[in-house]
Amino acid sequence: MTVSSRSAAREEVLARVRSAVGDSSAVEQSYAQVPRGYRDAGGGERPWEAGAPQTVALFLERLADYGASARLVDASAAPSAIAEALAGRSASTVVVPHGFPEQWRAGLAGVRVLGDDPPVGLDALDAVDGAVTTAAIAAAATGTFVLDGGPGQGRRALTLVPDYHLCVIPADRIVRSVPQALARLDPVRPLTLVSGPSATSDIEMKRVEGVHGPRTLEVLVVAAEPPPEDHRPIDDPAES
Amino acid sequence: MNGTTFLGMPAFPRAARDALGDAQLRRNLAEATRTIRDKRAEAVGELPDWEELREAGRVLKEHTLRHLDRYLLQFEERVTAAGGTVHWARDAAEANRIVADLVRRTGRSEVVKVKSMATQETGLNTALEQAGVRAYETDLAELIVQLGQDRPSHILVPAIHRNRAEIREIFRREMGTGAVGDDPADTDALGDDPHELAEAARRHLREKFLRAEVGICGANFLVAETGTVVVAESEGNGRMCVSLPETLICLAGIEKVVPRWQDLEVFLQLLPRSATGERMNPYTSTWTGTADRDGPREFHVVLLDGGRTATLADPIGRQALNCIRCSACLNVCPVYERVGGHAYGSVYPGPIGAILGPQLRGTASAVDRSLPYASTLCGACYEVCPVKINIPEVLVHLRARVVDDSRRRPLPRLEGLAMAVARWALSSPRRLAGAQRMAAAAARLLRRDRPIRRLPGPLAGWTDARDLPVPAPESFRTWWRRTHP
Repeated sequence: MTVSSRSAAREEVLARVRSAVGDSSAVEQSYAQVPRGYRDAGGGERPWEAGAPQTVALFLERLADYGASARLVDASAAPSAIAEALAGRSASTVVVPHGFPEQWRAGLAGVRVLGDDPPVGLDALDAVDGAVTTAAIAAAATGTFVLDGGPGQGRRALTLVPDYHLCVIPADRIVRSVPQALARLDPVRPLTLVSGPSATSDIEMKRVEGVHGPRTLEVLVVAAEPPPEDHRPIDDPAES
Repeated sequence: MNGTTFLGMPAFPRAARDALGDAQLRRNLAEATRTIRDKRAEAVGELPDWEELREAGRVLKEHTLRHLDRYLLQFEERVTAAGGTVHWARDAAEANRIVADLVRRTGRSEVVKVKSMATQETGLNTALEQAGVRAYETDLAELIVQLGQDRPSHILVPAIHRNRAEIREIFRREMGTGAVGDDPADTDALGDDPHELAEAARRHLREKFLRAEVGICGANFLVAETGTVVVAESEGNGRMCVSLPETLICLAGIEKVVPRWQDLEVFLQLLPRSATGERMNPYTSTWTGTADRDGPREFHVVLLDGGRTATLADPIGRQALNCIRCSACLNVCPVYERVGGHAYGSVYPGPIGAILGPQLRGTASAVDRSLPYASTLCGACYEVCPVKINIPEVLVHLRARVVDDSRRRPLPRLEGLAMAVARWALSSPRRLAGAQRMAAAAARLLRRDRPIRRLPGPLAGWTDARDLPVPAPESFRTWWRRTHP
């Protein structure tokens, strides 16, 4: 494929589009006129009451519907809850990305921790017993949390190749709806929206949990009081 | 002509009759579509603002299509700025050539694929095979179709026509050599529980994912404002394909673009509930160009026209381009539920396929001329469509186009002649009464009261898809005159 034929295709497709829609200015439809009568458009009104008790309860309920195990723990009990979860899996080696909150690390005392620095090879990753991360934001209404590669989340392979994912999320990162969560994200980063363990409905439309991604997903929501020292607080999204 | 119909497929009425004779197929389809219909209804019913979301989705798509050139250029600029490369393809063959060249340049002969309708549409796997590249489908249903050397019959669940016992047989036959396990006994021991079958697929593909150097995907959405690509999936095979290989190639139709990141708040609410009836699909991946230390180092997007601009030129037909490939219209369609996807003869079955196929490919083939008629016009598809595509309206519009095309032929068809005679007879009360008397006389000669299933000779075309009632012994007006002197 030469450059000239590439640009010829480009010019032709664009010319076809322009001729198909005719004189665009005559039918100018303003983006601003798109009706957005649905809830929380653009992230909705603030304050969002992230981490409100009913929001957290809804998030846990939705995750349970997906077949994920999810519970709320006090900040002081977070390390022991992490240790308990890993012991329940009989995990001996886990990968924990850089930036995982220090105050939770005591929960990792009983296991060998790979830090992904230098990066762990795929075969080694395939052999670990699980990944322990936090998440950037979560939407309660759909039981979704988002990994954005930020502190304590790491590159995408870490939460994909191991068969077990333990995600520890501060309650104040849980917002109510999908629009609220999307408004909080930076699309330039590689993002993964996770809603339950991997699943398929390809056989007779019956849902089966666990195909290629982690077959077991466990979520610990850490209550907001007192706030962990070094998690990123939720601030207003950039106006766009 | 762009895109492909399945080679040698008969037009819809014949294919539908064959499918209706397959009792197993009808049972599989009835069971699967009922399950998904119920799930969708529940997931949609939960949202009080569903209609507002649909309207926003429709207007967003309409707005984007009106300014498609601008948004495509913006998308290209942002992808390029983020380290990716954008290619343009006028038709399926050009798209396949670009992808095959990109794969060849990596020096690899194997690629892993995420389920993608665009690559189905262009027949990419066959094109890659001819270029010496083996493409591994990784979506469970696509894998079932690929291993069974079968054709997809549903947009979202391509193996919906297969039940668990049939899938088990395919896996036992095709995964035998060390894929299910090193011991052949493992293959024989494979049961038909969906968990077991999913586990077999996991083991079959695990090594492929971990060794893959090239991934190929489609796109659910392309965000013009940011250059972001969005892929929604369930199994994790998509995440594997878009984040583990060194090179990632995305083939997407030009209509996949949406203006801004914010617009995903509409589509990511509409799509999963309409598609699988879930509040959200398990995994949605988004990325913009290439990222440092995470994912592919080389990223290409191929933007495909493939008949889309021709569709865009039709003011009524263009709404088909709003489609977000959820397949809700298939699951509610009384015709699809009974005949399945294969009868539609192309990669887009069901109501959306009946309006998309003939527009993307044109109405030159018998299959494409028959598709606008593959509907009862009941309107259930319009009601569930998350972006409000008025499918019945487009079907009727395309029927008119098919009829207009046939009028331009040198030799009139029998149907055309019959319609001309009918017009002559129906335009005068005296001629109509005469025709009714003749029909009544014919009915008395026939001496039957059950409908006629099959007319003889060239008239059989009329009874191919419908029964012909026996004419009444006398018309209403004759009866009225006789009984009310």
